[in-house]
Amino acid sequence: MLYVLRRLLQAVPTLFLVIAASFFLMRLAPGGPFDLERPLPKASMDNLARIYGLDQPLALQFARYLGSLLRGDFGPSFSFRDLTVVELFARGLPVSMTLGALALMVALVCGIGLGALAAFRRGGFWDRTSGLLAGASLAVPSFVVAPLLQIVFGLTLRWLPVGGWEGGAPGHLVLPVITLAVPQIGSIARLTRTALVETLNAQHVRTQRAMGLPPARIARHALRAALIPVVAILGPTAAGLLTGSVVVETIFGLPGIGRYFVDGALNRDYTLVMGTVVLVAVLVMILNLVGDVVAALLDPRARQRARLGR
Amino acid sequence: MMGHGSLGRLAATRLVRNPIGLAAAMMLMAVTVACLVGPFVTGHAPGRIYPDLVRVAPSLAAHPRADDLRPVLERLAFRMRLRLDDVAQEDGKVRLTLSSELRTDPRVLTYLPRSDLFGEPTILAREDEGRRLVVSAPVRELRFLLGTDALGRDILTRSLVAGRVSLLIGLVATVVALMVGVSYGAVAGYVGGALDAVMMRLVDILYALPFVFFVIVLLVFFRSSLGLILVAIGAVEWLDMARLVRAQTIALRGRDFVRAAEALGRPAGAILRHHIVPNTLGPVVVAATGLVPRVILLESFLSFLGLGVQEPATSWGGLIAEGARALESAPWILAGPAAFLVATLVSLNLLGDALADALDPRLREA
Repeated sequence: MLYVLRRLLQAVPTLFLVIAASFFLMRLAPGGPFDLERPLPKASMDNLARIYGLDQPLALQFARYLGSLLRGDFGPSFSFRDLTVVELFARGLPVSMTLGALALMVALVCGIGLGALAAFRRGGFWDRTSGLLAGASLAVPSFVVAPLLQIVFGLTLRWLPVGGWEGGAPGHLVLPVITLAVPQIGSIARLTRTALVETLNAQHVRTQRAMGLPPARIARHALRAALIPVVAILGPTAAGLLTGSVVVETIFGLPGIGRYFVDGALNRDYTLVMGTVVLVAVLVMILNLVGDVVAALLDPRARQRARLGR
Repeated sequence: MMGHGSLGRLAATRLVRNPIGLAAAMMLMAVTVACLVGPFVTGHAPGRIYPDLVRVAPSLAAHPRADDLRPVLERLAFRMRLRLDDVAQEDGKVRLTLSSELRTDPRVLTYLPRSDLFGEPTILAREDEGRRLVVSAPVRELRFLLGTDALGRDILTRSLVAGRVSLLIGLVATVVALMVGVSYGAVAGYVGGALDAVMMRLVDILYALPFVFFVIVLLVFFRSSLGLILVAIGAVEWLDMARLVRAQTIALRGRDFVRAAEALGRPAGAILRHHIVPNTLGPVVVAATGLVPRVILLESFLSFLGLGVQEPATSWGGLIAEGARALESAPWILAGPAAFLVATLVSLNLLGDALADALDPRLREA
């Protein structure tokens, strides 16, 4: 508990750093959100700047932004008129979360399955096959996987729609979730294999074998121990899924956070881009923490250390 | 202490004995050579547009094909404001009969060679007081092994030229990440204490962030350029290297030769340069081989979103984005560059694994 509290406290300066860095980075860049091909008259530009508070000194703007963030207000979006960033999140977050959660599940099941298969049949046919699959999933980028899936399942076989969201209809979810999961499957499989091979050679497993425990029980024990590092990389995995969502949502035309982020960035929508960066950073930090805590709970040695107050 | 030569030689002999590693290295070499030399050999300039040969499917056959000739010539005749009365084909040449209501001006015939499909035309006969021309022109034989794109450019040539950019960025950005990571990690590990704690805390913080989002912000808000891409990618990817080198440095710090150098009063910078960094080289090389594909992938990702290398230059990611847009009508526009990218990434990954095995001290024979 104390550990969680300390981690949360440590997250505050990190978050401040993130906000400050992206805020000043964006403002120092040339160009503004209201630049059009044919420039607006000066008076209109001044009005717009006043309405959005862009005429104030930069430091004051930053302080104001921080203040409104503390109240949970991410400000109005510059490019989606009449909508606030929070409203955009309310629309996009369910889409991205659904995709991300499903992809995470698929990646965990397939990745752990492949990795375990490789480790239990070490050096054999399955080990090589699974290694090959893992390597391929890491080497084929999602922006190649997605069009391939679209060609095969969408255009040739006509089993599944090529894109669109349609309120999250199951058929529309399949291809994006697979695309999102593929690169994670590879890394989870590799990690599982390495950890499991190490565990299977460990003393306690040898002891269990010597005691004549049935192989299935040994496998269960070993797998449980080997899953600790997999859980521990929950944060990086989540970051990978969020990054992937940018591509996946663009290719499949899904109204999620990643898509809003790209659109917002291209339109110099300061508040939307800032908001997304903050949101994503918070999400990844929380999942990092969750991953570490769960990994610690699974690991009896870490539990022991925690009890001793380290 | 092991010199660079022996380390390199050891790795090389081990690598040659590993068939997968050898195959990967050769594949990589082939792609590199193809990208460097290929564009001169394909017979097409990378930016050359054949407006009459748009979205040609990949094949070994020569273009324009016999049944394409008629429509192509109809279009050309329309541009010349002449009527196409007759087309006859005879070994490598076309014989055209063109006519008009008025006297024809033979200068319009320059449209033929300008289309890139035909050679210099020769006028065989002028009939009907110059209202009719009989012209013979050699038909060029153009081959598009991987097809042409939506504008009529040769995909093979474009993929090879784009490969130069992708490979260059992969190499240079890796070097950037390498230099930052190695010096950062070596300093943190060697100095130790509070400085080390602060420096590594920073790495931890950066690790926890979705960095790609920053890179996108950076590239959108400051106009994307090659230099900026290199800096942005290098800035993301140095973290692993820093951790690795720090761990190595801490292991080396207590070794006799380092302490001897310290006892001789050599400055810290010199010790780092001459004694620490060279000895971390083995694992660093392995990590760098793994880094190159990640960098290439990240750059392709950015180019795919339209944030990477800007037109007229392209990288594989940019070409793949073009292909994804024309997926339904011409899937080969995607297939060409995607195949190059995937082949490169796979062989780099395999080479990295093979190098890791080759340099693994636990496997070192007597």
